Amino acid sequence: MSSIGTGYDLSVSTYSPDGRVFQVEYAVKAVDNSGTAIGLRVKDGVVFAVEKLIQSKLLVPGSNRRIQTVDTHIGVATAGLLADGRHIINRARDEAENYRDTYRSPIPGKAIADRVGQYVQAYTLYSSARPFGSSTIIGTVDEEGPQLFMVEPSGVYWGKQVAKTEIEKLKLSEMTALDAVREATRIIYTVHDDAKDKEFELELSWVTVDNKRHQFVPTEIALEAERIAKETLNADMDDD
Amino acid sequence: MSFYPYTDNGGSALAIAGEDYCLLASDTRQSGEDYKIHAGYVPKAFKLTDSCVYAGVGFSADGVALVKRVRQSIEWYRHAHEKTMSTPALAQMIATVLYSKRFFPYYVGTILGGLDENGRGVVYSFDPVGSFEAELHKAVGSGAELIQPFLDNQVNLKFLPEVERTPLPLDVALQIAKDAFTSAAERDTKTGDYLEIFIIDREGVNVERFDLKRD
Amino acid sequence: MDHFPNYWGMPPQESFDRYNIFQDKTKNNAISDPTTNTKQPIVTGTSVIAFKYKDASFGSLARYREVERLYPVGEYTVLASSGDFSDFQYVKHTLDKIMTKEYYTNDGHILGTPHIYEYLSQVMYHRRSKLNPLWNAFVVGGYHNGEGYLGYVNLLGTTFQASTITTGIGMYMASPLLRKAVEGHEDTLTEAEAVDLVEQVMRVLYYRDSQSINRYQRAKITAQGVEISPLLSAPTDWSIGKDLRGYQ
Repeated sequence: MSSIGTGYDLSVSTYSPDGRVFQVEYAVKAVDNSGTAIGLRVKDGVVFAVEKLIQSKLLVPGSNRRIQTVDTHIGVATAGLLADGRHIINRARDEAENYRDTYRSPIPGKAIADRVGQYVQAYTLYSSARPFGSSTIIGTVDEEGPQLFMVEPSGVYWGKQVAKTEIEKLKLSEMTALDAVREATRIIYTVHDDAKDKEFELELSWVTVDNKRHQFVPTEIALEAERIAKETLNADMDDD
Repeated sequence: MSFYPYTDNGGSALAIAGEDYCLLASDTRQSGEDYKIHAGYVPKAFKLTDSCVYAGVGFSADGVALVKRVRQSIEWYRHAHEKTMSTPALAQMIATVLYSKRFFPYYVGTILGGLDENGRGVVYSFDPVGSFEAELHKAVGSGAELIQPFLDNQVNLKFLPEVERTPLPLDVALQIAKDAFTSAAERDTKTGDYLEIFIIDREGVNVERFDLKRD
Repeated sequence: MDHFPNYWGMPPQESFDRYNIFQDKTKNNAISDPTTNTKQPIVTGTSVIAFKYKDASFGSLARYREVERLYPVGEYTVLASSGDFSDFQYVKHTLDKIMTKEYYTNDGHILGTPHIYEYLSQVMYHRRSKLNPLWNAFVVGGYHNGEGYLGYVNLLGTTFQASTITTGIGMYMASPLLRKAVEGHEDTLTEAEAVDLVEQVMRVLYYRDSQSINRYQRAKITAQGVEISPLLSAPTDWSIGKDLRGYQ
């Protein structure tokens, strides 16, 4: 890597001569090392799916969740360093509470994404702290309908869709949340490499326009989605 | 108009120390201002240890807060010293807690009934700011001026010609407590509904509930 | 470098909040921000009544204007308030916040009626001890571990639980009626009888409480959860009025 040995990657407060901040780029690499997280915005809600790599067989299933709830109507999925992700979620919870204290209403998706983005960005400035090694997908259903945002270690955030080639093939605006759960599950199973990667646990959650609450997808629906995903995958392999 | 942080919820309690037992009795009525009765069964006497029972009358919210604090201290004591706090130690501790709020007192008349380290019955009574003394019998609360002289006469045999003083048997003490409360409930509007009697002896603490005047 | 993480992400101190938009509520500014305590209630409502019946607990209240004074907290609890309305709004918000925290903590534990009641009681006693009370009498009603639960707490932090609870002027007039109908019959009183009892008591309160209007809401809390009725009125009969003499 061109950065190594040049000395321009030792602090987040130093630019390289060609205008890059290497520490931020390394933080993005930390995100790349972790399992996939997907957020899908569909016509009647948002759906999250996370490929949580199992660090140890001793872990109780369901521990170290990478999808968490903020307030009651927001779901946040993280990829990258787990502890950094939890810290960002804690901050998001404080921001959501602060919004409620001030305006006595649930924080809109745009506002929570903006506040979390501002917070994450600040860590690309301090010389004594490193940027977060975690990307977060924030999804909610608010007054405007289903919303989806993503915040990267640089503090950049954007809405609408987390683009990946697989997702680009889908007609999201016509899908229901239930369809999206199945698609997301299929994608997670597709991107997971059994030979190379550790075993994983699938985390599935959603916020739908019906109840506007972020909750984990009920077990029966999740199992069904996994069954379909595995079948499709085997069928594809047979084709090859 | 300024906020007054106290009220009187009424109620009475008494305790009698015997040779090898202690008896503590209290009504369960909680009164409000004027002639209001909040509820008929709101206990104000609580078991603190296997050899000690507390009763607090006056401002009920302070009484509840005081018991909460004292119970917390008893638990910390148990963890620190690996034994249950003795009744005399508990009495001193409660006095310290009460005095710690000397200038914004817990508005509670407190009595402790229990056994000391030698298994003898003891009664301690406290004023709201922590002044306390050990006694053989004591009545506190809205019916105290009715009950205290009755106990002085029946338990301590005051105002009687020379009589032989013998230790007071438990069944007699029990009857005195019941009679004291039946009479107090007749004359004091803030005492009534139910009577709870705690008997503390070497076996531990036993509670019994009796009916009192309901209106 | 500011080493207090709480300030991270904030603009630099010298330019932050120059117009005092974000007030630090823990500090008082001697010039612009005097300490304020509630010394008397402002917007108030009248009585709340509540009682237990077969398989449930039941709350209800007379109403002032179009103001809602029954509020569900979680799935099996209702908070009813008489007294200052702004303090009630504050308490609702506070309880909503702890319920939100419970929700996202997602550990399978939920706050039941006794927990909410205990928390509220501690808040009320704490505020009275700071001589800055929340000017209310609250009734917390709910359903927990297979039975009805009713608790009372007021601005002094005074608490009690009973099978019938009333507040305000209802404590004088509704209590005897409710006690007669409910005490000893908690396990046999049916829902239809309970509804009748509420109406009867509400009528008495409307007749005799000059501050009340004939509007009330009724909450029912059972194993199935909370049900809060729309606005109700008790049927009244003023026909004897024409025969009354001496009050003109």
